[in-house]
Amino acid sequence: MSDQNFLTLENLTLAYGDTVAVKDLNLTIGKGELVAFLGPSGCGKTTTMRAIAGLLSPASGHVKLDGVDITRVSANKRNVGLMFQSYALFPHLSVYENVAFGLRLKKTPAAELDKRVRAGITSVGLTDYADRKPAELSGGQQQRVALARSMVMEPKVLLLDEPLSNLDARLRLDMRSELQRVQKETGVTMIFVTHDQGEALSLADRIVVMKRGAIEQIGSPEDIYNRPTSAFVADFVGFENIFELSDGRLKTPKGLVEISGPVPIAAGLAWRPRMVTLGSGPFQGAVRGASFAGNSREYLLDTPLGPIKAEVDAALPSHELGAELAFDLPVAAAAQLRKFG
Amino acid sequence: MMARNLFIPITLGLVIAFLIGPFLIIVAASFSAGETLAFPPQGFSLRWIAKVFTVESFRDSFFMSLFLAIGGTLAALILGIPASYALSRYKLPGAETIRTIVSAPIIVPGIIVGLSLLRYIVVPFQVGITLALFLAHTALILPYAVRVVSASLGNLRSDIEEAAVLLGSSRLGAFFRVVLPNIRGGIMSAFILGFVTSFNQVPVSLFLSGPGVRTLPVDMIAYMEIVFDPSVAALSALLAFMSIGIVFIAERFLGFSRYV
Ligand SMILES: Nc1ncnc2c1ncn2[C@@H]1O[C@H](COP(=O)(O)OP(=O)(O)OP(=O)(O)O)[C@@H](O)[C@H]1O
Ligand SMILES: [Mg+2]
Repeated sequence: MSDQNFLTLENLTLAYGDTVAVKDLNLTIGKGELVAFLGPSGCGKTTTMRAIAGLLSPASGHVKLDGVDITRVSANKRNVGLMFQSYALFPHLSVYENVAFGLRLKKTPAAELDKRVRAGITSVGLTDYADRKPAELSGGQQQRVALARSMVMEPKVLLLDEPLSNLDARLRLDMRSELQRVQKETGVTMIFVTHDQGEALSLADRIVVMKRGAIEQIGSPEDIYNRPTSAFVADFVGFENIFELSDGRLKTPKGLVEISGPVPIAAGLAWRPRMVTLGSGPFQGAVRGASFAGNSREYLLDTPLGPIKAEVDAALPSHELGAELAFDLPVAAAAQLRKFG
Repeated sequence: MMARNLFIPITLGLVIAFLIGPFLIIVAASFSAGETLAFPPQGFSLRWIAKVFTVESFRDSFFMSLFLAIGGTLAALILGIPASYALSRYKLPGAETIRTIVSAPIIVPGIIVGLSLLRYIVVPFQVGITLALFLAHTALILPYAVRVVSASLGNLRSDIEEAAVLLGSSRLGAFFRVVLPNIRGGIMSAFILGFVTSFNQVPVSLFLSGPGVRTLPVDMIAYMEIVFDPSVAALSALLAFMSIGIVFIAERFLGFSRYV
């Protein structure tokens, strides 16, 4: 084992009864990495996490952690932390006792236990709340307790299932930096699940995009954002003009359309609205919709290629509904998709 | 307009009168100085209340009832807590059927429960009277235990058990460390409800009582067939106050009504 394959999932297939939720998944995560699982609802993110934590035993495949095959190791012996979306704090215990729960089970000596629990509570800024019950805390504070409760155990891997989705926008930003800080300070290997691409892009070292129980693409935030390799990922990260290629031509509802420039060998091409050149180019479209978004303006064009979304600087003169505009889809800027559909 | 305004207070008044009225009559009758059970009471005395404590069979049957109420309720909880837990946490095949069977004694009239226990269990298996009463009371309380405990389990998220497991607890340990403490109120409520139900139970006990072994309510009926003095009213009043006291304490300390 080296630090590069600290946690490995090998041919992991997970099922609930006869329903296969995750199929033949392979993934390697390095020590200290912060990885995001990104994907639409029901794609198997939670299921995969539960298998890593040991709450779900795989139908087939292996989970290896720190050089040991833990596939058959029960959840309470793995030392994998999991922060639940609902926090799952123990309602009958104070903040202090919630955080102390795991250490007490490990029969940690009293003095050390107290020191570690207090340090944990302090590190999430809840020193004054140690004696409160979970019900007497705000959502953000409960979340911090859950974080401290997992972190005092010094888990090998900390899993976070949509840790920020229950918080309001401001708290979400606070917690985001909190998570980043904890991760940097402790160097714990972290995997978090999110629906929110912004969250994944800003936090993660690496993003795993999932679709219907399989990994669609793995890459750095830059890779995922700029170089999606499939139509699915492209769509997920905001490429709104996506075309399949056939013999070097764009497949459109009205047939194949030639585009200028050397067309790469790919299954498809995709452009963000920002990448569309508006005002010049070989194509014509009529403005069907326009919306103002502060710094920019978005236009929806009716074109022979089908509907096209273009985004331009708001400082430029605006276009009326119905106006005929020339535009171009520059091939050089496009994301090249290896997989379509 | 006027008629409508009066309708609700009048209805409410009647309902309260029907519920509380008999109780007030019994309390009043138990302070009577007369020789027979009568209302309005003749004069005022405490002699019938004092007499309750001197009737020996009342004392025996009181302890029998107390034993059945406490023992039966404990047994029902020991069976009912795991049953409720399994019903609420696992998608068992036929869970609905199990729930219906468990609830049957609430729906089926007590006379039928008593008769069938007698006919198909007590007589063919030669079960002793005390044991038969104990089993019957356990069976009668079980549905209440399952219902009340299920209600409080329903309010408890199941992911806290997984959280406990991930912090190093075994599954069973998680049940004792995080499930039980959080349904304590429900368990206490089930205990009180079971206790009161068992203590006031007549039809089933009637069938299963035998020579020398009777529950208090059955004993009171037997007493009344022979002696028609106000001591029965006095005893009823005392028991009613006991039940009220228990429920009051429970409500005060546990928020009993949340679970029932
Ligand atoms: N307990 C269960 N029993 C049966 N099927 C389940 C169960 N839990 C999840 N599934 C199914 O497994 C698939 C993956 O579910 P999972 O919860 O892992 O999705 P997810 O990616 O976490 O979605 P979300 O973003 O909505 O949380 C889904 O199709 C879901 O319907
Ligand atoms: Mg999920």
